[in-house]
Amino acid sequence: MIPVPPAIQRIPWKLIAILSGITGFGLLVLYSAAGGSWSPWAWQQGVRFLVFLGVALVIGRFPIRIFEDFAYLGYIGVLILLVAVELLGFVGGGSQRWLNLGFMNLQPSELMKVAIVLALARFYSQLPPGSTRTWTALWPALMLIGLPAALVMLQPDLGTALAICVGGVIVMFVSGLPFWWFGSAAAAGAAALPVLFSLLHDYQQKRVLIFLDPESDPLGAGYHISQSKIAIGSGGIGGKGFLNGSQSHLDYLPEGHTDFIFATMAEEWGLIGGLGLLLGFFLLLRWSTRVALNARTRFGQLTATGLTMTIFFYIAINLMMVMGLAPVVGIPLPLFSYGGSSMLTIMTCVGIVLAIENDAKKGSRRLQ
Amino acid sequence: MPRKKSPPITEAWRGMTFTRRALLVGGGQMVIGAALAARMAYISIIDNDRYVLESESNRVNLTLIPPRRGWIVDRNGKALANNRVSLRIDIIPDRLHNKEFVLGQLRTLLRLDGDAMERINRDLQAASGFQPVAVAENLSEGDYASILVRLPDLPGVAPQRGFARNYPTGAAVGHLIGYVGAPNAEEYQKDKDPLYITPGYRIGKDGLEKYFQPLLKGQPGAKRVEVTARGKVVRDLDTKSDIQGKTVHLTIDADLQEYVARRMGRESGAAVVIDCENGDILSFVSMPSFDPNSFSDGISNSEYAWLRADDHQPLINKATRGLYPPGSTLKPMAAIAAIEHGVDPSERHTCIGGYRLGSRFFRCLGTHGSVDMPTAIMKSCNSYFYWLAHRLGYDAIAPTARLLGLGEEFQLAGSNQRYGTIPDSAWKMKKYDQPWSASDSLNAVIGQGYVSVNPLQLAVMAARIASGRRLYPRLVRREFKNEALPFSPDAMAVARHGMDLVVNGPGGTAGRSRLPLDGIAMAGKTGTAQVRGLNTGNGKGGSWRFRDHGLFICFAPVDKPKYAAGIVIEHGMGGSRAAAPVAKDFMTFLYDRDKAMEALETFEAGWGGTIKERMDRDYAAWRSGASSDPDPGVPQ
Repeated sequence: MIPVPPAIQRIPWKLIAILSGITGFGLLVLYSAAGGSWSPWAWQQGVRFLVFLGVALVIGRFPIRIFEDFAYLGYIGVLILLVAVELLGFVGGGSQRWLNLGFMNLQPSELMKVAIVLALARFYSQLPPGSTRTWTALWPALMLIGLPAALVMLQPDLGTALAICVGGVIVMFVSGLPFWWFGSAAAAGAAALPVLFSLLHDYQQKRVLIFLDPESDPLGAGYHISQSKIAIGSGGIGGKGFLNGSQSHLDYLPEGHTDFIFATMAEEWGLIGGLGLLLGFFLLLRWSTRVALNARTRFGQLTATGLTMTIFFYIAINLMMVMGLAPVVGIPLPLFSYGGSSMLTIMTCVGIVLAIENDAKKGSRRLQ
Repeated sequence: MPRKKSPPITEAWRGMTFTRRALLVGGGQMVIGAALAARMAYISIIDNDRYVLESESNRVNLTLIPPRRGWIVDRNGKALANNRVSLRIDIIPDRLHNKEFVLGQLRTLLRLDGDAMERINRDLQAASGFQPVAVAENLSEGDYASILVRLPDLPGVAPQRGFARNYPTGAAVGHLIGYVGAPNAEEYQKDKDPLYITPGYRIGKDGLEKYFQPLLKGQPGAKRVEVTARGKVVRDLDTKSDIQGKTVHLTIDADLQEYVARRMGRESGAAVVIDCENGDILSFVSMPSFDPNSFSDGISNSEYAWLRADDHQPLINKATRGLYPPGSTLKPMAAIAAIEHGVDPSERHTCIGGYRLGSRFFRCLGTHGSVDMPTAIMKSCNSYFYWLAHRLGYDAIAPTARLLGLGEEFQLAGSNQRYGTIPDSAWKMKKYDQPWSASDSLNAVIGQGYVSVNPLQLAVMAARIASGRRLYPRLVRREFKNEALPFSPDAMAVARHGMDLVVNGPGGTAGRSRLPLDGIAMAGKTGTAQVRGLNTGNGKGGSWRFRDHGLFICFAPVDKPKYAAGIVIEHGMGGSRAAAPVAKDFMTFLYDRDKAMEALETFEAGWGGTIKERMDRDYAAWRSGASSDPDPGVPQ
């Protein structure tokens, strides 16, 4: 099943350059955040990147059929893992998000971000065109999204639950469901916002309130946002220079190597560094959007679009958070933040999109 | 509700829809991306200044170094108030991690009592960040060293080598200089100076310390250190040293000041000595006094209660705040007024032991027979002056009194004056809505009745009579015109001659206070002011509170006046008995220190030691007797 290793010219050099560019920049920032040292973060992140890049390239060689065939199975498997985490957390007395597999901690909610896109893409690719505007097109999809989102909310992990919803809803959107369904759902959601807010945990409510007015608690929970904005704002256009960021080096910036790594970067590299990073992300998303538009199968189209959105959602929410435009939800910046789980998710997404691209090169479009 | 008339859904339609919507999603992502880029540009360009500032204030911690206070020195440069090294221990709240342990150690090492611990805990709760909280001040070298050696185990504890205010002569300058103290909450609210909440910083609270605060305070230094979010110091950036406050030069003669204060002994009263040439105040004493050193260290409740409980009122500056009937000290002034109104000083009046006014008989202290004006001053004959006052009316005399400084409020640095009353008919009509009577004139002319003055005014009157100029008292080199008084030289000469006779004449009332010096004589005038109503009791004995006040004005040398003074001894039972001897000794001190010191040491042996020794002993006795006194409240 696994194809023979391709010739050198078939390796996606451009994509590798984009990914390496973003991650390489991230390594420099991690080096600086550790006070000018490769340990403990930069070298580990670099090794991890190389491993996951290899994994992504291998996934990219898989025939697209495999993802389509195992979409439901994978989804059910991840759902079971989510329930297992919930039960373990219940038994252990407290919230738990990961399963200890011995060699690594597995966060099933991360896998679900990919699984939900695959499952919905499969569902809509099999849906007869005539049913697009019927109830049949809606309720299974809502079930598919609702179950894992609810389980993740129980953990509780607002950010990941939102990511699952957004990835799923985008697949529904591009599959051609009536526009006004989304419009009315958005309106209803806005109306139900106060009710939803009341369902949030205290600390989540507090985060939202502090996001709305960070100065109300500058030394408490608003501290993250205030210090992050100080770091970005004090960087100015050209930044304070490599290894010269006082906010990160003197520990004023919390989580300066994970969720708030963008602020660490912006303090030292300034607006120029920020725009450069945004350009890197733009090139990555442009590549995957092009893959979606050129995909040979409907499953490929829907999957590539959904995964693009998943990657975008990470980036957008994280940047909004560090710039004070969104509550602190604990979503890392893809490829940039130190951490394995998010990188695994992103590289899996990239690998699947790569597989769709390779599939498109095999023959003519056949939108079943 | 799905629309009824929709086109049939085909795969081709679906493909087109996908492309459209995927482009829409991609476009939406780009819009959000652009918005993020714009937001970042806004923060880092438009708001850059503000965030650079906030980042710097995060990174850099500024510790103020309180400035050394300027000295207050006397006319010869001798310090009346200076600074001494004070060893202190503070706590930096942000660096205090093991609070219970550190406070426990401090309590043991510095032997802090429960009250102190309570205050420290309270301050720690109110303090934030790097604002130090004072633990103890004025430590001994031993206690300070005991903290220093344990410093590595006491994170958050900051030993400081600061300065404290010091008054070398203690209580002798209490009312002259005032005192300093820690700023209170209202003062901080008013000035918003961060220095006010720096431990060890003191501001002037009273007297000259308060008046010259802007000059004396100096400029604080600052230490800038780079700190982490947890308060760990990364490195020292720079230190700017403080600039000491300016020195204030007074006209006071420190040695004379101390001598006069000591010579007042156990009495309650005030004495002001003025230079007749320029109005310089050489000595400004009100006794008993408080020790300003106690205030600058933060006076204890019990010491403050002791000062308040004393019936000699050590907290009141009697030199400017004490008002007394001046008694016979006004007679030279009345003589000048009479001559100015045409009375011949050689005209005689016969004293028959009093003066009859209608049905009332105003008593004299003796039966002096036929007296002219100088003799009447010498013998302090009331009858003669009753006669003058009856003849002229007090409205003729009061303007002279005012020209000589009575009833006047002077522009004097840092003083809070009560300036008393020189009455006349208009004043009485306004105040009591009653016409002036002849008996009012008789009472006023011997310095009783409505008349009241403060000791500073008495000294100014003496200086003006001695110099013939309208001298203004001054504590700093401040220029006044001091123009000549509009009185005839003859009138002034008669008054001075009368005052000369008081001390040096045959049978003068202050004959016992002649200066023990060759070629230098003092002129003066005694006064005895009744505390109870006229003609009730004799004021010469009984309870202290009802005894007569003793007053004395004087100048020396007689022929070429250089020094003038006014002295009030509360309940001293008479000017010649209580006040004039004090003047005699300090005038002697100005010309022959050894002789004067000899006299003083004899006195102090009888009184039980120097001012400080007596105060310490009295306080200890009071404390053992009244340790359970209710808290009177210390002013801050």
